[in-house]
Amino acid sequence: MYFWNREAECMPAEELRALRDWLLVKTVRHAYENVPCYKRKFEEIGLRPEHISGVADLTKIPFTTKDDFRENYPFGMFAVPMDQVVRVHASSGTTGKSTVVGYTRNDIAVWAELMARTLGAGGTTKGDIVQNAYGYGLFTGGLGAHYGAEKIGASVVPISGGNTKRQIQIMQDFGSTVLCCTPSYAVLLGETAREMGVDVRNLPLRVAFLGAEPWTESMRREIEESLGIDALDIYGLSEVIGPGVSYECMEKAGPHINEDHFIAEVIDPDTGEVLPPGSKGELVFTTLTKEALPLLRYRTRDLTYLEPEPCKCGRTFVRMHRVMGRTDDMLIVRGVNVFPSQIESVLMEIKETEPHYMIVVDREKGALDTLEVWVEVSPEIVSDEVRSLERLEHKITSELQSALGISVKVKLVEPKTIARSEGKAKRVVDRRDLYNGS
Amino acid sequence: MGVKQLSVFLENKSGRLADVTRTLAQANINIRALSIADTIDYGLLRLIVNDPDAARKALADAGFTVALTEVLAIEVPDKPGGLANIIDILAKENINIEYMYAFVGRSGEHAIVIFRIERADDAIPILREKGVRILTGEELQSL
Repeated sequence: MYFWNREAECMPAEELRALRDWLLVKTVRHAYENVPCYKRKFEEIGLRPEHISGVADLTKIPFTTKDDFRENYPFGMFAVPMDQVVRVHASSGTTGKSTVVGYTRNDIAVWAELMARTLGAGGTTKGDIVQNAYGYGLFTGGLGAHYGAEKIGASVVPISGGNTKRQIQIMQDFGSTVLCCTPSYAVLLGETAREMGVDVRNLPLRVAFLGAEPWTESMRREIEESLGIDALDIYGLSEVIGPGVSYECMEKAGPHINEDHFIAEVIDPDTGEVLPPGSKGELVFTTLTKEALPLLRYRTRDLTYLEPEPCKCGRTFVRMHRVMGRTDDMLIVRGVNVFPSQIESVLMEIKETEPHYMIVVDREKGALDTLEVWVEVSPEIVSDEVRSLERLEHKITSELQSALGISVKVKLVEPKTIARSEGKAKRVVDRRDLYNGS
Repeated sequence: MGVKQLSVFLENKSGRLADVTRTLAQANINIRALSIADTIDYGLLRLIVNDPDAARKALADAGFTVALTEVLAIEVPDKPGGLANIIDILAKENINIEYMYAFVGRSGEHAIVIFRIERADDAIPILREKGVRILTGEELQSL
């Protein structure tokens, strides 16, 4: 069994409990004193930081949601002045504004440690060549994995996402032993290698750390067989820190949550009540060590349960089951979070279209996810010329792509052909079947 | 100065064209000329019919998206070079042709071609000056 930091990862339960109590008290005070949003939430219910003396008091604290980020866009949730923030990342918001997160120098160091644990749990050492095919940029995946691999001392190939044939070429020429990317991209790499006549099973590649989107056990089997590797699930979200929130060990029995840095709870999404271990509900995180962006009881909208049984690997950190669904309508397309409301707000701005649309997400075998947006044309836009329709199609496509950050196929359809259901229309068709078979 | 043309937005799926022709048949509309401009996902069906207003209503009632535009119906001598002469006139004046297609009927010794051109108001007097005959809607219907 592999460890990066056995002392921390196998910390005795008593010690971990004491550490968490102390860190939580510190974090609550830090958040309350430096983030007006938290102070307001506490004052509204007459809560004082001194009422929190440990993890047992956690449920007294109100929840934090993505709306809080939107209302405090861009930097209002930060608890330190900007001269202490050394990095900013961002992820999709529910509407036009993205969710912005910040890091102090120490936060970056913590993040690197957590990603070192993640990569270390799959046996990554300084002798490895890490092909990091997560996107570099505002997305946390690329730089998160990069810093973790560098901390271990491995040789990082910061190839970022895309250019699949080149990925195979480099994997072959450099002898990459570790791969970091989304699970669907791992499938695509396998298919592309086959088309190129390359059998990845004969290459030095040994292990892959796959995350940023939901996947299934059957996908794991397929990836492991076609690439001849171990495929480990990693989990994270930028609001909490990015990748490195939880990570699988070689038991492949669900990601271990880094409990010395985060407190996980599972709640009933309707009542907010905390559920006992083993019950499925919404995952909620509280950060314990973050300086720039302390989070108190942040609702992830991810559905899962915590595995009460200890893992055979010896880590004392609790495991979560792989994500089993969402409490909202967020889609994850090629690792990018997409809210139907983002698409709707773009379409509302374009006056030539009817407010009727349909989002169709699909994944051909061995190919990347496709995002199609079907839009009904209005009688006013239809003329005798195809050109004006093509112009409209192009306009919608480019505005959606700029808002979502991924490529989109827009399809103009005849009016009244998108089903109107009573009340809330069915706007999303996801043909990928991501949460079944897990 | 032109004839009315219907344009119908159609998704590329089987049976859609049949739906249009059936709707027109039931409304007792006669199709005199048609052309289709298509892309991967959809097409525009352009129609000249004997009663454009009735056809438009019938199609709209059946749920189709229909636009009415004016196009020119031009007599073209039915002999080699007949069309070339007309297009030359437009080219010399730098008037672009958006699209054109043939009409089913004939006018004496002439074929009839439907033109959609830029700057039609400029083009009409120039064409007439050169002896080109442009048919009105009534003339077209009486053929």
